[in-house]
Amino acid sequence: MSPAMKRYNRRVLWLSLLYAACLLAAIFGFKHKLFGGLIAYIAAILPALPIIGIFGAMGRYLFEEQDEYVRMLTVRQSLWASGFALSVATIWGFLESFDLVEHVDSYSVAIIWFMGLGVGSVMNKLTLGAPVKC
Amino acid sequence: MLMENRLRVLRAERSWSQQDLAERLEVSRQSVNAIETGKYDPSLPLAFRIAELFELPIEEIFVSPARHSSKAI
Repeated sequence: MSPAMKRYNRRVLWLSLLYAACLLAAIFGFKHKLFGGLIAYIAAILPALPIIGIFGAMGRYLFEEQDEYVRMLTVRQSLWASGFALSVATIWGFLESFDLVEHVDSYSVAIIWFMGLGVGSVMNKLTLGAPVKC
Repeated sequence: MLMENRLRVLRAERSWSQQDLAERLEVSRQSVNAIETGKYDPSLPLAFRIAELFELPIEEIFVSPARHSSKAI
């Protein structure tokens, strides 16, 4: 594992822990009606920030990775993830418009994007024989 | 169209493993394997590093796709 990948994993771990803490705090606060006005908006947005941070960590990793082949694999993986997430969101959006499925919160696109990284990894394996990684 | 190359032969002549070559080039073994098997064309800077390591001109390591296809004709 490259030093850049180790730093990326460490950043994602800390951001994931921060996400869990922010989410639990927001759920607790809203459940007990602790927030109001502008504070409510800030508290609602807080759990989104570590997720955005993970996207940033991915971008930083692509800058820091010195191995061009491994970097190319990660770029391909991210493109697959983006295509997968946008496709699922578009299909779901139309199904929802015609009242065929339930409403899904838009932050689910981020979760689908992370799932798409798995799709990208499998595609790298199938097309280039690269080891599967998520 | 990906380039053919003589990396595997040159490495074998020096009895280097893929890992040995990867360490000398400061890339992963995965990268060396991808270049050797023709799944990935290295960037120009990496191609120059490979050429300098083997003390050969780039064209003696990597075969131009155009030249290779014209020979095939």
